Amino acid sequence: MSNLFILLVDDETSFIETMAKRLKKREFNVISATSGEDALNLMQKNRNLDVVLLDVKMPGMDGIETLKKMKSEFPLTEVIMLTGHGTIESAIEGMKGGAFDYLMKPCDIDQLVAKVDEAAKKKQEHADRMEKARLEKVMTTHGV
Amino acid sequence: MKHDKEQRESYYRQLSRNMVATVILVSMTPMILVIVILLFQFKASYYEKTYAHLEELVQKHRQRIDGYLEERLANIQLLSASFDHEVLMDKSFLDSLLQRLKTAYGDVFVDLGVIDRTGHQQAYAGPYQLDNAMYDEANWFKSAINHPYYISDVFMGLRGSPHFIVAVRRFHNGKPWILRTTIDFKAFNNLVENLRIGETGFAFIVNKHGEFQTRPSSEIKIGTALDRILSHETNRFPEGVRVLAQKDPSGIPSIYVAAALKNGEWYLIFKQKQWDAFSDLTRTVHSAIAIFVVGSLAIIAMATVLSRRMVRRIRQADRQNETLNQQMIETGKLASVGELAAGIAHEINNPVAIMVEEAGWVGDLMEEITLAQNNDIDEIRRALKQISVQGQRCREITHKLLSFARKTDTTLKDVQINDLIREIIELSGQMAKYNKVTITTDLMAELPYVTISPSEMQQVMLNLINNAMDVMEKTGGNLHIATKMSKLEKDHIVITVEDDGPGIPEANLPLIFNPFFTTKPVGKGTGLGLSICYGIIEKMGGKIDVQSTVGKGTRFRIWVPYQKAEINEQADTKNKNL
Repeated sequence: MSNLFILLVDDETSFIETMAKRLKKREFNVISATSGEDALNLMQKNRNLDVVLLDVKMPGMDGIETLKKMKSEFPLTEVIMLTGHGTIESAIEGMKGGAFDYLMKPCDIDQLVAKVDEAAKKKQEHADRMEKARLEKVMTTHGV
Repeated sequence: MKHDKEQRESYYRQLSRNMVATVILVSMTPMILVIVILLFQFKASYYEKTYAHLEELVQKHRQRIDGYLEERLANIQLLSASFDHEVLMDKSFLDSLLQRLKTAYGDVFVDLGVIDRTGHQQAYAGPYQLDNAMYDEANWFKSAINHPYYISDVFMGLRGSPHFIVAVRRFHNGKPWILRTTIDFKAFNNLVENLRIGETGFAFIVNKHGEFQTRPSSEIKIGTALDRILSHETNRFPEGVRVLAQKDPSGIPSIYVAAALKNGEWYLIFKQKQWDAFSDLTRTVHSAIAIFVVGSLAIIAMATVLSRRMVRRIRQADRQNETLNQQMIETGKLASVGELAAGIAHEINNPVAIMVEEAGWVGDLMEEITLAQNNDIDEIRRALKQISVQGQRCREITHKLLSFARKTDTTLKDVQINDLIREIIELSGQMAKYNKVTITTDLMAELPYVTISPSEMQQVMLNLINNAMDVMEKTGGNLHIATKMSKLEKDHIVITVEDDGPGIPEANLPLIFNPFFTTKPVGKGTGLGLSICYGIIEKMGGKIDVQSTVGKGTRFRIWVPYQKAEINEQADTKNKNL
């Protein structure tokens, strides 16, 4: 598998920086955003994103809202919610909104990597299936 | 505090007084007005009616008496006109005439006599020996000889018994002579005697000079009333009847009704004491007063009782309000503390997360670096690991704080009581350690879910546990919490919180759920904890009770109702299907 492309979204820059470094060290391609708007802009530019790690509690557009926009614009990209405590309900709401899973901050890096891999796998499966469907469609329309 | 209480008491007293006063005023005023107005109206019309009645009565009697006198006069006039002087001089004829008169009119006529102009009774028929009696000195004769007819006043005369005379003057050969008769006083008296009304109403006749013409049944004095009757402008007489209200000589207010008789020579006077004449009115006044008194008493009693009851209600409502306010403040405090805790926990959480990440990053970097001193590397790794572990611990603490101190809300949820209790015990664990209290539990597994507000239930459990710990503060002790299905109450879970502290004195036991009841020193307890617990449990449809023995400990029991079994069965089958 080629290096997975990850977007990190959190308003805490220190957290993002360290997390990015650690993930990069684990052979991930990482870009980061400090707000929901930023994240959506970045996604617009980087269509090949595999997984988004999204903090629930952010000033401005919060995690749930961002998630909804992401899911409507980029349905294939998988999102993992990161949550502080007391926002478990919103994390669950996030799951209902189409998030792949949620993790409690501070989280164990190995656990995180495992989740990201799973999410990427799911995304890949989705993409493959869609590719296949498209091919079939193309073939039927062309009468092959 | 005491001053405050006194102030409140006086406020309630004043409230009660005001209510009593208002009720009494509002209900008495119309009653008094109605009674007074009606009485006055009734009195006026009753006076009018009574006077009219008496006037009519006296008028009728006047006519009767006048008629009687006129009739007697007519009888004599007829006799004198029918027979010549000579015929009447015959004593035997006169006797027969008297006899005939007596048969026709009864014993009204006593005697008959013929008198010449000198006053010599020439002929006489009657029971007395009055033949040849001389009347020339008699007053009546002097008047009779000068008038065509004459009716005398009552007098004693020659015979020595009261009587009066009816005389007719005739002329014989140009010389006047008189036919006279004596009217029986008793028969005449009866005419007046019959006029009796009530206990004190009676009639009598007086002449112009106030001399009695009839014999009144009792000794009476007319006093000044007569003067007023006589001095009154007589133009209302003889037709008119005069009514006079004034005190009689003995000072009792009386009514005098007077009418002129015999062309104003006599007066028929009816006298009745006012209290007798208006006895119906007096009775009415008495019953009105009785009704008023009874009504007033009833109103006052009712006003007092009602306002007392009302004030008691108000006081209760006030107290409840106060409790509620306190409860609101309490929950408000809890809520804000919760929010604060949540905020702090969240704020701490982020830096902790960063710290843990940084430690992790250092760990990552350490993987590649090989330093000469292996011992140091191991030590650094151990330190990093420790940072990570402690970070996790921080996470747990903030987690607990957040999950407990979330907003106190009353939304109902299906709750597993045992989980809730474990959570609370975990929270109280630190405090228990300080107080040297050992908490033990005996929670029955597989209890049904109950639909309650978890925050409220937490509050109840916390209150009970904190109370227990407070009393065992100095000595330390055991706190035992148990849950099980209730045997006493159907479909209830029973939670028992039992301590082996000093216990509650028997006298205080009925009071402990009352708001503001506290045995803690001033400023330490609000006295609301248990009352809030009570309120919450009641609201859930449950029950709370207490048993305590001084020196042995206290046991609180809470019964919480759960939903019927079918729902749980459904849930079970669902679980199985999953």
